[in-house]
Amino acid sequence: MCLGIPGEVVELYADRADLAMVDVSGVRRAINIGLLEDEKIQPGDWVLIHVGFALSKIDEEEAAAALAFLQGIGQAYDEELAALADSLIE
Amino acid sequence: MTPEQQVQASWAEEAVREAALQESGVAAGPVGREHLTTEQQVLQRIDAARQRKARIKEERITLAHGAGGKATHTLIDALFLEAFRNPLLEALEDQAVLSVGGARIAFTTDSYVVSPIFFPGGDIGDLAVNGTVNDLAMSGARPLYLSCGFILEEGFPVADLQRIAASMAAAAEAAGVSIVTGDTKVVQKGKADGCYVNTAGVGLLERPVELGAHRCRPGDAIIVSGPIGDHGVTIMLARGELEIESDVTSDTAPLHGLVAALLDAVPDGVRAMRDATRGGVATILNEMAKASNVAVILEEDKVPVRPAVNGACEILGIDPLYVACEGRFVAVVDGDAAADALAALQGQPGGEGAAVVGRVKDDPPGLVLLKTGFGGTRIVDMLVGDPLPRIC
Amino acid sequence: MRFVDEFRDAEKARALSAKIASLCEPGRQYKFMEVCGGHTHTIYKHGLEDYLPEGVSLVHGPGCPVCVIPMGRLDDAIAIAEQPDVIMTTFGDMMRVPGGRGSFFDSKAAGADIRMVYSPLDSLKIAKQNPDKHVVFMAIGFETTAPSTAMTVLRAKADGLDNFSIFCNHVTIIPAIKAILDSPDLRLDGFLGPGHVSTVIGCRPYEFISAVHRKPLVCAGFEPLDILQSVAMLLEQLADGRTEVENQYTRVVPWDGNRKALQVINEVMELRPYFEWRGLGFISHSALKVRDEYAGFDAEKIFPVPGVRVADPKACQCGEVLKGVIKPWECKVFGTACTPETPIGTCMVSSEGACAAYYNFGRFTRERVQVAIRS
Repeated sequence: MCLGIPGEVVELYADRADLAMVDVSGVRRAINIGLLEDEKIQPGDWVLIHVGFALSKIDEEEAAAALAFLQGIGQAYDEELAALADSLIE
Repeated sequence: MTPEQQVQASWAEEAVREAALQESGVAAGPVGREHLTTEQQVLQRIDAARQRKARIKEERITLAHGAGGKATHTLIDALFLEAFRNPLLEALEDQAVLSVGGARIAFTTDSYVVSPIFFPGGDIGDLAVNGTVNDLAMSGARPLYLSCGFILEEGFPVADLQRIAASMAAAAEAAGVSIVTGDTKVVQKGKADGCYVNTAGVGLLERPVELGAHRCRPGDAIIVSGPIGDHGVTIMLARGELEIESDVTSDTAPLHGLVAALLDAVPDGVRAMRDATRGGVATILNEMAKASNVAVILEEDKVPVRPAVNGACEILGIDPLYVACEGRFVAVVDGDAAADALAALQGQPGGEGAAVVGRVKDDPPGLVLLKTGFGGTRIVDMLVGDPLPRIC
Repeated sequence: MRFVDEFRDAEKARALSAKIASLCEPGRQYKFMEVCGGHTHTIYKHGLEDYLPEGVSLVHGPGCPVCVIPMGRLDDAIAIAEQPDVIMTTFGDMMRVPGGRGSFFDSKAAGADIRMVYSPLDSLKIAKQNPDKHVVFMAIGFETTAPSTAMTVLRAKADGLDNFSIFCNHVTIIPAIKAILDSPDLRLDGFLGPGHVSTVIGCRPYEFISAVHRKPLVCAGFEPLDILQSVAMLLEQLADGRTEVENQYTRVVPWDGNRKALQVINEVMELRPYFEWRGLGFISHSALKVRDEYAGFDAEKIFPVPGVRVADPKACQCGEVLKGVIKPWECKVFGTACTPETPIGTCMVSSEGACAAYYNFGRFTRERVQVAIRS
């Protein structure tokens, strides 16, 4: 039910400001972007799609930051594992 | 709705009473009887419930009965098998292998009710030929002859019928079979959805192979012949109700060539083969796990799925493992023969996408477990309900 | 798939798993509730519990809008569907939910015109294509879905349709969370907040949980890494002695929510004085109905509905499961009378329901499964 999937806006409609064509892994569907009228959605933007409506514009910077953070945890983990391995050798 | 008026759901009370009766084997007592407290005991109870003889609880046929999942199996076990029972039928394979005058003949039938009739990648005619050819091929037989019966709705365009017949002729030629007998019926408008087709087929089992879902054993490898879910997704999108566009096309194709290559390469190493139609790969694997009483361990990362099929499934919240194919099969082969089997398939046209997707183990028996791409695990049970009505 | 695959990376998951383990106080049991059905589904689909240490358990809450629909309300919907010249349209999840007399699926088999749709806009299309029929949309869902329903009603009005209406069963999340917090049986250490509901309502509405009830809440995304990271953030709060509302799902959830979405909900709908939630009883101001100004699109005003309450079977313990008081396997009819094929209660029907999730995914002890998976 809470199924929301990220999709890329690939086309806007000249006659309907509230619609946009989105692409999810090569599958396309026209969705309603009326709930994001404040955001001025453009092709290339990514949105969260739920039952044929865009609920939110995906903040790519936040996404990148989130991944970088997770990457950082990963590195810390790897470093710790390495440290553990080193200490075992001794 | 006001809190004062209140009735009971009689079907639910009945279901609970019945379950309690079956478990205790005595006259039903209050449901709040001694309750098993540990998780293990509860799980054992569930296992026992799952082993119980199938019974049809519904009064009317629903679309679930045609989906290829639990309801379909219950219908077959509890109604058809009960009525027709004989050793040949009990094998419940995709085809029956008969001994006739010293020869081994494979015999099968299938009906095609797909909607829409014409879709990207094929039409009902292609399915009608390829589907039956494939059911024969799954036994290792060489498909030879098909019958075809049409049930046509009054008002169905003759041009469409010609198109379907042309498709069937082309598919038959590609598959090396002849359509040698048939039948046509016409029913009043509204009594059939355009055109329904039934095909029955016979093939010759010249190879000394004995295949069957009950033959899988621990150590065996599970191979799928190519990317899954193409047909089911194509049909769903072609219905036009979901307003989703994509390049996905049906994977309908005859499989006897791939099967022959496989059996040539590993004549003694194949345990079972089934084509993954309604209910998808998940259903086939459940059937095999149950028939052989083994565990099937599937690796999500290894299962080939086209990105567009994945995308459509993600949007709709469906699992590709349950989506029908019409030109893919699952083969269970001896673990030592897996590499040769895979090479044989990959070397054939149509088999380039073949992959080893899992292994057979002994525990937990009768179940299919999935190792997720993420490294976690989950159970892949038999399909319940009907996510994709009338796809083949 | 972008914004999805990166958050399903197994290596990062292992790192997070180690972090989570390191944040746990030795010997302490942590119980976090994930409110949203979508979280339940992800956890089981990806086998996330294998990544959590023994001391951390996730309890599934009432955030499954299908699970909380009482049987009587389903009967009302079926009564509408069985009216002459009505086409009932619904999300797939609702098709097999059992009411007092059966489900939409059963009704369809008996001849009612009931169709599955992906979006309420699809219902609108069906209405336009069938001017001689009346199309009803079974509107369910939390605040995530209500704006879409509201937008559809506004669209129907703009297009001048007179053969379309909704049967409104939208519910709101905060009263459900309040009911959990007020429940004496439950001892929770924190909450995984519903990520997609929050895209609409923002994070502010949860502040009472941390301020008044002194429990941390982390608004969580739906990919495996989102959930693991959220658990880590909850543990960090507890280790630091903080109880705050935090947003893990920053790429999608704005702190203030979606102004336009809240506005359209408010334009078309208003709160009901009370509504029955299956398993939780009657909760005041917890559900939405269509405003009088849009009565022409309100199926409850257009069609007669029986409005009769159907009591849950005594054996059904959906309520306790929904509140997280008992685990699915502890329900007396779990797996025997009540299975995904023959569901008694809604927890077993919906793919997000705790019982269906456990039956389909989590049924075997981790050790046995781990042995099987090791190759």
